[in-house]
Amino acid sequence: MLSKRIIACLDVRDGSVVKGVNFEGLRTAGDPVTLARRYNQEGIDEVVILDITATTEGRRALRQTINAVAQEIFIPLTVGGGIQSMDAGSAAIDAGADKVSLNTAALENPSLITTLATRYGSQAVVVAIDAKRVHARTYDEPRLDVHKNSLAVSRNVTNANLFSVYARSGQKLMNREAVEWAREAAERGAGEILLTSIDRDGTREGFDCELTAAVSDAVNIPVIASGGAGGFDHFFEVFMSGRADAALAASIFHFSEHAVRDLKIYLNDQDIPVRI
Amino acid sequence: MKVALIDYGAGNLMSVRKALAFLQVEAQTPQTPKDLSEAAAIIVPGVGHFKATVSLDTPWREAILNRVAAGRPILGVCLGMHWLFNGSSEAPDLSGLGLVKGFCFLLYDPDVTKAASSPNLTESERRPIKIPHVGWNSLNLVNRSWLLNGIDEGAQVYFTHSFAPPVTAECSATTTHGVRFASVVEHDHICGVQFHPEKSGSVGLTILKNFLAQASRQ
Repeated sequence: MLSKRIIACLDVRDGSVVKGVNFEGLRTAGDPVTLARRYNQEGIDEVVILDITATTEGRRALRQTINAVAQEIFIPLTVGGGIQSMDAGSAAIDAGADKVSLNTAALENPSLITTLATRYGSQAVVVAIDAKRVHARTYDEPRLDVHKNSLAVSRNVTNANLFSVYARSGQKLMNREAVEWAREAAERGAGEILLTSIDRDGTREGFDCELTAAVSDAVNIPVIASGGAGGFDHFFEVFMSGRADAALAASIFHFSEHAVRDLKIYLNDQDIPVRI
Repeated sequence: MKVALIDYGAGNLMSVRKALAFLQVEAQTPQTPKDLSEAAAIIVPGVGHFKATVSLDTPWREAILNRVAAGRPILGVCLGMHWLFNGSSEAPDLSGLGLVKGFCFLLYDPDVTKAASSPNLTESERRPIKIPHVGWNSLNLVNRSWLLNGIDEGAQVYFTHSFAPPVTAECSATTTHGVRFASVVEHDHICGVQFHPEKSGSVGLTILKNFLAQASRQ
């Protein structure tokens, strides 16, 4: 039976792993190669390296990091962040990435998904979607209550369960809805969707299971849930009610030894298929 | 030892190369079919569409078959494994190498029609499986195999594919995703794996090590 995957994310800036809350307020969490090695020993299923560097030197350092990780850790490695072109995707793959993750570039130039998928195969192309709930607005509507023969008020809700897509690390609202964008990305050749809830990112309140289920049901490619992991029960929830194929987290693993192994033992005890 | 890694433009070979380097074997990528004449072993990697194997034209096929006839081990990985068969429904007009009998097929979910007519199933049981099959799944060992020496029943390996080989007499391990398929085939020194040993952690490295050990022995 296909296992549910547990993926560790390393947000790397200038050679160090950092972690923020709601996409802001970064603190450092150590050396990426050391962390990747530890996760691998603990049985992580996959590693994602997200480049949040803005400088040229930082990008060069990142390629060395990818190369160093790929030389000793033989599980799938995804690299994302700042991949704007075919050349940038190729550079990450040549450095040792198995998959590249596209976010802003895919939104601004969706044909890049197809270009990369044609060259390297769909399995090498992950489309990352950062989504935020569109807050439900309520409005009151007067109506005639025929039984009492008087005016009553109905409360209506708009925009329930809609998720808007953001680009540029959650800074730029795009005129896209997450489910519809995921479907298009899959049609264009994406092999997986990495779905992050901006509302939950770094909050440790749990994954957005509603968002995850909506996207997972809409596409036939795997969906990786991300944003909000705080406890082991959150993983159970996102695999069950969120119908995620994989779950990604960062801080829950960075700051506690053995979290990966303990999480898998917990999920296994709950009858969630995992690789132990 | 010269291990030839066949590059026919189907995906990237970097990860296979890195795994071999970790096992202290330097893979060589032959530029022409005659570069294969001294290869101690051949690895045919590859991901993507079966039609990519069209670049492995007659001179390549002959060179590879010659080495295999000379007793050199060959390992097909993922799409490279499919190519060892007679062909694949992914590109029915092309033929594979035919070293292993059978045709590769598109994975499917036999429960989908059953689920539609069974109201008692839970929501998750009713949900069709996803294809492509991506992730870690287990090996069920069905035949003695030198390639799987030291691998335990149920060991998990990393897959990413939509088409798969049929379960035949040459099958050493099966895996189930919707249907049961051959995840490892082995016939004398000819073998193929549907998963990616270069991305399957210590289990994958053990399988690669077994292959290289066989190559240095023969």
